[in-house]
Amino acid sequence: MRIGIDVGGTNTDAVLLDGGQVLASTKVPTTRDVTSGITQVLTALKELNGFSPDHIRGVMIGTTHFINALIEARDLCPTAAIRLGLPATASLPPFTDWPDALTSAVKGRAYMAHGGHEFDGRAISPFDPDEIRRHAEDMAAHGVRSVAVSSVFSPVNDEFEQRALSILREELGPDFPVSLSHEIGRVGLLERENATIVNASLAEMANRIVDGLAKAVLEQGITAPLYVSQNDGTLMDIEYTRRYPVSTFASGPTNSMRGAAALSGFSDCLIVDIGGTTTDVGALVNGFPRESSTHVRLAGLRTNFRMPDVLSAGLGGGSRVRTDQGTVGPDSVGYRLTDESLVFGGSVLTATDIAVRSGRADVGDASLVAHISDAVVRSALEQIDRTIADIADRIRTSSAPLPVVAVGGGSILLAEQLDGLGSIYRPENFDVANAYGAAIAQISGEVDRVSYIADGDQKRALESARQEAVDRAVAAGASPDTVSIVEQEAIPIPYLPGNAMRVRVKAAGNLTLGK
Amino acid sequence: MTLEVTHGRKLKRITVEDIDSLARGAAILGTGGGGDPYIGALLAKQAIEEFGPVELVSVEDLPDDAFIVPIAAIGAPTVSVEKLDTVEKLYLTIEKLAASLNRTATHTACLEIGGSNSMLPIVAAAQLGIPLIDGDLIGRAFPEIQMGMAPLYGIQATPMALADEKGNTLVIEAIDSFWAERFARQASIEMGCNAFNSTYAMTGAQARESFVAGSMSFAITIGDAVANAQHNNLNPCDVLAETLSGRVVHLGKVADLQRQTTGGFAKGQAMIEGMGPDVGSVLSLHFQNEHLLATKDGTVVTTTPDLIIVVDAESAEPVTTENLRYGQRVCILTAPSDPRWHTTEGLELAGPAYFGYGVPSHRWDGTPEGHTESIERYRA
Repeated sequence: MRIGIDVGGTNTDAVLLDGGQVLASTKVPTTRDVTSGITQVLTALKELNGFSPDHIRGVMIGTTHFINALIEARDLCPTAAIRLGLPATASLPPFTDWPDALTSAVKGRAYMAHGGHEFDGRAISPFDPDEIRRHAEDMAAHGVRSVAVSSVFSPVNDEFEQRALSILREELGPDFPVSLSHEIGRVGLLERENATIVNASLAEMANRIVDGLAKAVLEQGITAPLYVSQNDGTLMDIEYTRRYPVSTFASGPTNSMRGAAALSGFSDCLIVDIGGTTTDVGALVNGFPRESSTHVRLAGLRTNFRMPDVLSAGLGGGSRVRTDQGTVGPDSVGYRLTDESLVFGGSVLTATDIAVRSGRADVGDASLVAHISDAVVRSALEQIDRTIADIADRIRTSSAPLPVVAVGGGSILLAEQLDGLGSIYRPENFDVANAYGAAIAQISGEVDRVSYIADGDQKRALESARQEAVDRAVAAGASPDTVSIVEQEAIPIPYLPGNAMRVRVKAAGNLTLGK
Repeated sequence: MTLEVTHGRKLKRITVEDIDSLARGAAILGTGGGGDPYIGALLAKQAIEEFGPVELVSVEDLPDDAFIVPIAAIGAPTVSVEKLDTVEKLYLTIEKLAASLNRTATHTACLEIGGSNSMLPIVAAAQLGIPLIDGDLIGRAFPEIQMGMAPLYGIQATPMALADEKGNTLVIEAIDSFWAERFARQASIEMGCNAFNSTYAMTGAQARESFVAGSMSFAITIGDAVANAQHNNLNPCDVLAETLSGRVVHLGKVADLQRQTTGGFAKGQAMIEGMGPDVGSVLSLHFQNEHLLATKDGTVVTTTPDLIIVVDAESAEPVTTENLRYGQRVCILTAPSDPRWHTTEGLELAGPAYFGYGVPSHRWDGTPEGHTESIERYRA
């Protein structure tokens, strides 16, 4: 048995699984303090099922804590960024183009050092250990508590980042948090560096959260390993989470989409996730969310995190319906739905009331909405259907038929058929798809590098990258017979000699669970 | 004769507030190539903050004996997003080239308005405290140095000065622009695929003849127009088409994408499946560094040297050929290039045949090129 938990902004959802089967599921309001929320949801789950903690072989948690901390600029630690690349890159030091509020929240200190590599692996200038030592001294003198290291072209050659790491650890202590850019981001120095600095600034919080999660789980008598879900729908262990909190940033929508796919059995489909306030629509390709291809601005920072390509609309179960204007949303009663909606005895006409009155949903007391006129119902439903059909169509890549899977508590709003989209599938346990997605997440391995390829030799370069990705997935804990390539991309780089290609491959497989 | 900018503002100087619009407009004129001006924009803002706004001089106002030394970056866009430009000594190539001709630069200029090369001349002008010309030598983006207006007027890309961030400099004296391009390309690779170059040094009289006048102002006008459309909930693609005096050709989703690397060039094709008004139609887009050829349902719609522009369907933000991705929702527009690109000599330099496409050149309005005139017609 395993337990999946999704700590969202409003609710914390949990499921207990045996194989793929849901034995129990529950929702509790999210608490500010992680530990008590997890304790509550585990207690609730135990009351429902009475499982023995000994039978739990893994606990998978998805959390929005870290991205919320960044957006609210809270609990970030004093962070230094050191960049190796001089005499190149000197004009735009770290923290360039950062919002002032965020720079001061991390008390950002920028250091430049010699080093870095050219595109072809030559050093731009020699690595200078003394220079790094001097910078480390200055960091210590200024109360820096976490460091982000980025070296030019480290995705091609990470040697200098590794050397800087060992010197920083010598000078600042063996456990001093150091984030290395080649482990965090892709080619694109400023974006990768930004992501690395953000990661570094979350270091102390990551330790606190991870300790809290571990403690809450252990207090329930569960000794099974703990995993945290990542942006791409795969898992990391908690030691990895301490080092890479940024990897959780987009895990919310990803968990929903992966859960929806697993619950419905589709690996290529559109996912419509309707909550209390918003609807998110994404596309699943080979069982994984399609990624957004543009730079992602987060909290005002330009980053190159991989995020799922998701379109959102302000429409959910709690959306206010205004009969005078004939509008649904975008404002919502949110988590107060069960107090404020008419069907629950409240005084606000919401989308859920419309769904109940029309017969689409059966929640609360239908007699409380019997007075709403057919015209109001028709116009509200029309708007709900049109909004969702429209964003679903925008996320599609072709007019070929694609199954549409609806999940989330608000998906009771949807019709069984939508114009141009066909039938809507709403799988069992649709309301805890995100927790389910966390519970069934896989382990992945990834390769992202620039290769130089003789004409016609692209196939071999791709083949070796594929093998390496598979090996990395297995090393991370994937069961070898379940690993497959879930994504690959080979992009030629113009103007570089030797037919350079950027090769990116990701492999993923089911987690091997002990006992 | 020069390309008339009939709308928008003619600027007298470039301030920090103009940079974002210029970057967006330049990326649109980059027709998918020319690199992302984001980093260049940061550098330009920084230079203006340090040295003050840059004076912009229109081509008509140039004295005959002005001595103009343009500046650009040469290398690979993929490299410049990683090994960022270091511009403390950017002015070096200008000084080096002027010195090799026993002159002092009175003005600097942009070699190519399309993409990130619109930004570095601002930095150099600020550093040297000299004015920048409101114009460039292409009016869009092209991949090779000889693909400029100047060679059409017998002005060659030689001598040329190159510099890298380490302080290496080089002056190339070649027999013509083609050789200058070949040597410069090799040297820039040795310099780590990210170097600066100055070339096409010329007098004010020559510049009046060979520049695409007003293109800096025009890029800012384009950027402003898109920003205003986004802000005021107008259809930014339609507004963009109007600003460019062009047209929207197709609205759709990238349904298939193929890329090959041959001889150092990244060639590719994208199939754009129509949506909205274009449902049922398929546009086929052929690109190298820039978008060069578009056919719709098998018929040629427009080709280089006219502009083929791919933007995000919602926001009209430009999409570079490198960032084209499966599933993107895009709008394809086409617009006229400088009329001199349509002369016999212009088409020879940058028509579809030069890029290896076996189709006749088609103008932005879809008509085949037909009989073309010689560049002689445009001589002042």
